[in-house]
Amino acid sequence: MIGGERYKFIIQGLKNTFLITIVALAIGVAIGIVVAAIRTSFDKNAESLKIRGGIGYGILSVLNSICKLYITIARGTPVVVQLMISYFIIFAAADDGVPVAMFAFGINSGAYVAEIFRAGIMSVDNGQFEAGRSLGFNYFQTMWYIIIPQMFKAVLPTLCNEFIALLKETSVAGYVGVTDLTKAGNTIAGRTFSYFIPLLSVAVIYLVLVIILSWLVGILERRLRKSEH
Amino acid sequence: MNTNNTIIKVENLKKSFGKLEVLKGINTEIKKGEVVVVIGASGSGKSTFLRCLNRLEEPTGGKIYFNGEDITSKKSNINIHRQKMGMVFQQFNLFPHMNILKNMTKAPISLLNLSKEEAEKRALELLERVGLADRANAYPSQLSGGQKQRVAIVRSLAMNPDVMLFDEPTSALDPEMVGEVLEVMKSLAADGMTMVVVTHEMGFAREVADRVLFIDEGVIVEENSPNEFFENPKSERLKDFLSKVL
Repeated sequence: MIGGERYKFIIQGLKNTFLITIVALAIGVAIGIVVAAIRTSFDKNAESLKIRGGIGYGILSVLNSICKLYITIARGTPVVVQLMISYFIIFAAADDGVPVAMFAFGINSGAYVAEIFRAGIMSVDNGQFEAGRSLGFNYFQTMWYIIIPQMFKAVLPTLCNEFIALLKETSVAGYVGVTDLTKAGNTIAGRTFSYFIPLLSVAVIYLVLVIILSWLVGILERRLRKSEH
Repeated sequence: MNTNNTIIKVENLKKSFGKLEVLKGINTEIKKGEVVVVIGASGSGKSTFLRCLNRLEEPTGGKIYFNGEDITSKKSNINIHRQKMGMVFQQFNLFPHMNILKNMTKAPISLLNLSKEEAEKRALELLERVGLADRANAYPSQLSGGQKQRVAIVRSLAMNPDVMLFDEPTSALDPEMVGEVLEVMKSLAADGMTMVVVTHEMGFAREVADRVLFIDEGVIVEENSPNEFFENPKSERLKDFLSKVL
């Protein structure tokens, strides 16, 4: 496995796995915040917007439906199918699979993160929301300054699980020709006709990554908890 | 007529939750510097009435004028008006992820464009006034209920409001902490703050109120000066209510 600079596959694969996971999570978190904000805004404000009349209710209602449709599709189809659709259909002209994989995993993850955030926002006491609004903050300021910081703390362990799941899910990136960690192990195995060492190494690397990640999130959680006292 | 003296005017205010009509047409005027105490049984609509005044509950009918402007109109920007209407909640609702100083300065800095120094100076003065200046850097979870509510009051005051709305401010407190919060409210009233207070504290109503409203089944059944209100209730429903709570 080491001979003939084959270890370089592993390094290349590790780099790609890492990049795809990080960027996909960033995309997922960005999408997740927007989708969760729209969905909870609909739940919280639909009633009063209806009373007020005007187009506010209509706009919010359409946005909410789009978000629900997105979540249904992104969670209802296998991520590897979404990845292949992205690579072979949507971005058929792309040579490099890495950005396409970032995009596909990001879109997929966004749906899960949105639901995590939505549950987190719902778990923040409504009194917090009312206190923010009664001071004169508008809906988005209240979300940004008051609700989302508290929501993050509540969902951090779940978000960490999503990150870990995502890291492992990227192992199907090989389907679109990306040399990720799993593909690298497989390539080496194909050249040396020995599966034992390459695949076991790959498994150990994933495991170590996950352990480090869990440890980092543990530190972050403890620091967040401290800020409450 | 809109005299300069009237700060809030409520016209035929109605609020329904689905089929349930909670407010069935409330009419009243609140004058500058007046302390109005609202009492009534639970479920009478008194809290809903208060929460409609800054549109935390969206009225389903009627009009509310604040400083002469109809804040129920589609054109009015409620966020601007809310800056001038402080609100204190039963459950305090301090922001647990911010220390006391940040709780008090976030809104003035973001909404009134005060500098951090100005906002903090003002916050410390207010904390001094309620005897909590030494807790400026504490987090809400480190305070007692009474301390939290005092902070909640000065957090609203930091926005320099024209009127303060109190929604059962002492109902969630341990008995020994009720006094310290009422003291703050009394000193506020003495300073001439316009206040609308929903409470079960009849002693406070008697002592501090300029006018007491009795809401029952979604309407104002009786309103009077505290003396007349408690000593000489006119309606049967108020007599019945007072006989239960006094």
